[in-house]
Amino acid sequence: MIVFDRVSVTYPGAASPALRDVSLSIGEGELCLVVGPTGAGKSTLLRAACGLVPHFSGGLLEGRVLVDGRDTRTHPPRDLADVVGVVVQDPASGFVTDSVEEELAYGMEQLGVSPAVMRKRTEEVMDLLGLSALRGRPLADLSGGEQQRVAIGAVLTNHPRILVLDEPTSALDPAAAEDVLAALTRLVHDLGMTVLLAEHRLERVVQYADRVVVVGDDGTVRDGTPAAMLAGSTVAPPIVDLARLAGWNPVPLSVRDARREAAPLRERLRAPARGGAAGGDDEGPGARPGSARPRTTAPDQVLLAAADIHVRYGRTTAVRGAGLTVHAGEVVAVMGRNGAGKTSLLWALQGSGPRTRGEVLVRRPDADDGPEPPRRGPLGARRGGRRSAKLLSGRWLDPAEVRPADARRSIALVPQNPADLLYLDSVAAECAAADRQAGVGPGTTAGILARLGGDVAQPLGSSDPRDLSEGQRLTLVLAIQLAAAPRVIVLDEPTRGLDYATKRRLADALAAHASGGGAVILSSHDVEFVAECAQRVLVMADGEVVADGSAREVLVASPTFAPQVAKILHPLSLLTVRDVREALAGSR
Amino acid sequence: MHPLAWWGWALGLAVATTRTTNPVVIALVLAAAVLVVVACREDVPWARSFRGYLVLGACIVGLRVVFYVVVGIKTPGVVLLALPRVSTPGWAVGVDLLGPVTLTGLLMALYAGLRLATLVVCFGAANALADPRRALRSLPASLHQMGTAVVIAVSVAPQLVASSAAVRRAQRLRGEAARGLSSVVRTAVPVLADSLDRSLSLAASMDSRGYARALPGRSSRGVSALLLSALLAAVLGLYGLLDGTSPAWLGLPVLAAGSLAAVTGSVLAGRRVQRTRYRPDRWGARESLVAGCGVVAAALLITATATDPAALDPSLQPLSWPTLPPVALACALLAAAPALLGSTVADHGRTAS
Repeated sequence: MIVFDRVSVTYPGAASPALRDVSLSIGEGELCLVVGPTGAGKSTLLRAACGLVPHFSGGLLEGRVLVDGRDTRTHPPRDLADVVGVVVQDPASGFVTDSVEEELAYGMEQLGVSPAVMRKRTEEVMDLLGLSALRGRPLADLSGGEQQRVAIGAVLTNHPRILVLDEPTSALDPAAAEDVLAALTRLVHDLGMTVLLAEHRLERVVQYADRVVVVGDDGTVRDGTPAAMLAGSTVAPPIVDLARLAGWNPVPLSVRDARREAAPLRERLRAPARGGAAGGDDEGPGARPGSARPRTTAPDQVLLAAADIHVRYGRTTAVRGAGLTVHAGEVVAVMGRNGAGKTSLLWALQGSGPRTRGEVLVRRPDADDGPEPPRRGPLGARRGGRRSAKLLSGRWLDPAEVRPADARRSIALVPQNPADLLYLDSVAAECAAADRQAGVGPGTTAGILARLGGDVAQPLGSSDPRDLSEGQRLTLVLAIQLAAAPRVIVLDEPTRGLDYATKRRLADALAAHASGGGAVILSSHDVEFVAECAQRVLVMADGEVVADGSAREVLVASPTFAPQVAKILHPLSLLTVRDVREALAGSR
Repeated sequence: MHPLAWWGWALGLAVATTRTTNPVVIALVLAAAVLVVVACREDVPWARSFRGYLVLGACIVGLRVVFYVVVGIKTPGVVLLALPRVSTPGWAVGVDLLGPVTLTGLLMALYAGLRLATLVVCFGAANALADPRRALRSLPASLHQMGTAVVIAVSVAPQLVASSAAVRRAQRLRGEAARGLSSVVRTAVPVLADSLDRSLSLAASMDSRGYARALPGRSSRGVSALLLSALLAAVLGLYGLLDGTSPAWLGLPVLAAGSLAAVTGSVLAGRRVQRTRYRPDRWGARESLVAGCGVVAAALLITATATDPAALDPSLQPLSWPTLPPVALACALLAAAPALLGSTVADHGRTAS
């Protein structure tokens, strides 16, 4: 259906091509997964397959792309609309109308489909994707998963033979992502649709793929069966890492296959557990010695205490009665469905967002490290009475009541869209501005940035922040926020669009911040990332905190939030490949 | 309810308003428009903007009076406020600042302000009652592209507001005060970058879904020329129709010629682009009644200006109390009648066809 014939794409002003000499042929009915590090030419490959490159992006396309026999050179995207359906990363940005039903019909109206056929196809697509309950709803009121399904439905009504999707699940919670992927597999299996799909979170999709196309950093492309391509790839989901550790061959790609292989491994891991404490106990072999809560500062020092937080926007209540206490050295993950109130809670904690009711206290940056009253947080000390002025003037402050410039010295937030914080034209200028705003010596932010970047070549001073990759931009904003040396750092959905290597570096940076006496609160849909870096998990539903416990307790027990390793090794409470490795080392 | 029915009704009211300076008649039409909006509007975003049109109308009346007091031509009459006259330098010939405020002049300013405010409120009423997007969807195929551009422009404004709020909130996280010129620059860069990205992504999405897909081998030059001349004729014709003093040939004949050009252009353009409409709004008896109320009200007042001009243009020199001619009362009642018609069913045109 799609043929790439020695295709190279060079964007205007770029030194090297984004795609280099790509020859690829994707047959009918294949689900083809495009993987690769952030910033490699994944999106370029997808956009070339539907004519958006070069008709929309500009640039030079050498070679030939044939889509169902039509050359994209002579066919702009609109002339391919009846063959290829495109779903972009942020579905809301592609909506043309404002209600579900009209959006589904829009493409057909453009193609001149007769009204009777339009009515029939809208109903069919609504059944296929489970949209009939939403038909009259305004698009803006839908949740992320619903919007993504509508976006897929809106291109399906044109009856395309090919579906091109750019990270369709990156903004979705695990359950919504499952819905979308289930719909996609149904299209492939039942309707013989060809699907070209880019995704960072391979653990979600690789089991459905017929073929994997790996786009390298230099723009070259390799393709093959999923097992063959992933076995040697640096970009690999935990299941593949586990297979490498356990020496399984061929590499299993679904949890089901892996569980069959995993019986001996489970046995090996279980053996020492009988001698020690019961499995699941934090002191058992499953405990993670490497990531145990570091206690470099005073034990159990409370950095943030919040109680009974309510956030209301007009008539809707986003957060109702949430509370948490965060100690030094903790990495706390907040999880939950799209729209469960995670973002509202994080903004309310930081003090910049609205807070209708409730109390947030954060340790002052200059507070002494004296011991806390035993088992009494700062809120406990004033329970039942008015807030005592002495308490506030002493060790604690309410971030909503001080100037933003002071609040960020105690608690800083990296928002969902980090680019909102950036407004200058070079990384160096951003760093200098951050030094000035934080009142620290020149070069501090640049130093933090260099440290966070680790061994990876970080953006040079003169490059424009808007040209950075998602991961680089996140690192830059994190460095800017860390310049004011806050003890508590809050991150809202930091893992969107990050590849495995970048996520690992982020996890390391957060762990370093926590072990230096700070604390991290982050929200994420990415269960693997949370399993990797968080010690504690809060689950929110409908504005309330429904679970608060160690990552192990919360994640292992949950059907939606369990990471792959936990599913594979089920009765054992191990979350990550690192846990397994350490447990094996301990048993030897 | 078909959105164009509301526009027909509101246009009728607007035409009626332009035919009279009688404040009682204008106030009645204004009241009728407000009544219908209050009775028929639904709880939707575009209906909430009606309050803004009312405020705008009040501002127009206020401004008109202020202008009269400061720079207006001071007609003779009963002096209410003896302000000193300030002469302006030679280059501003004929403009005097301040001067004695007379009852006649003040009333003239008030009447004119009220008339303009009522026109604005009529426009606002149509906007509040008919979803602007659905109204644009009812446009003929040739205007479809323009309609889509307008729809996108309409949706950009709230997006810009939301996006700049998000950016300002995010900037506060850096500890910057959200005031002053530098904060405008700090907000503008990410907001504009964001809206550019959005527009590009929307354009890409529309294109890849077949927007503006033309049948091969047809030229669009003739269509453009026809549509341009139709637009010109529409502007001239409307001016002639609304301004009672212009020559007769400038009114309906030019409008008719323009319509003819528009229809021809539409047909030609419609042949080029093949597209269909999903669940078009239907024009039924109720729609005819609503639009008819406005049109008949306008027609009543137009005939009344011919038969009884004095009653619709109350004399200000010498001053006299405005009267309420029965025909104007009938017109106001007709204008308010859709309050009964529209409110009975709040179907929003969604019933299955």
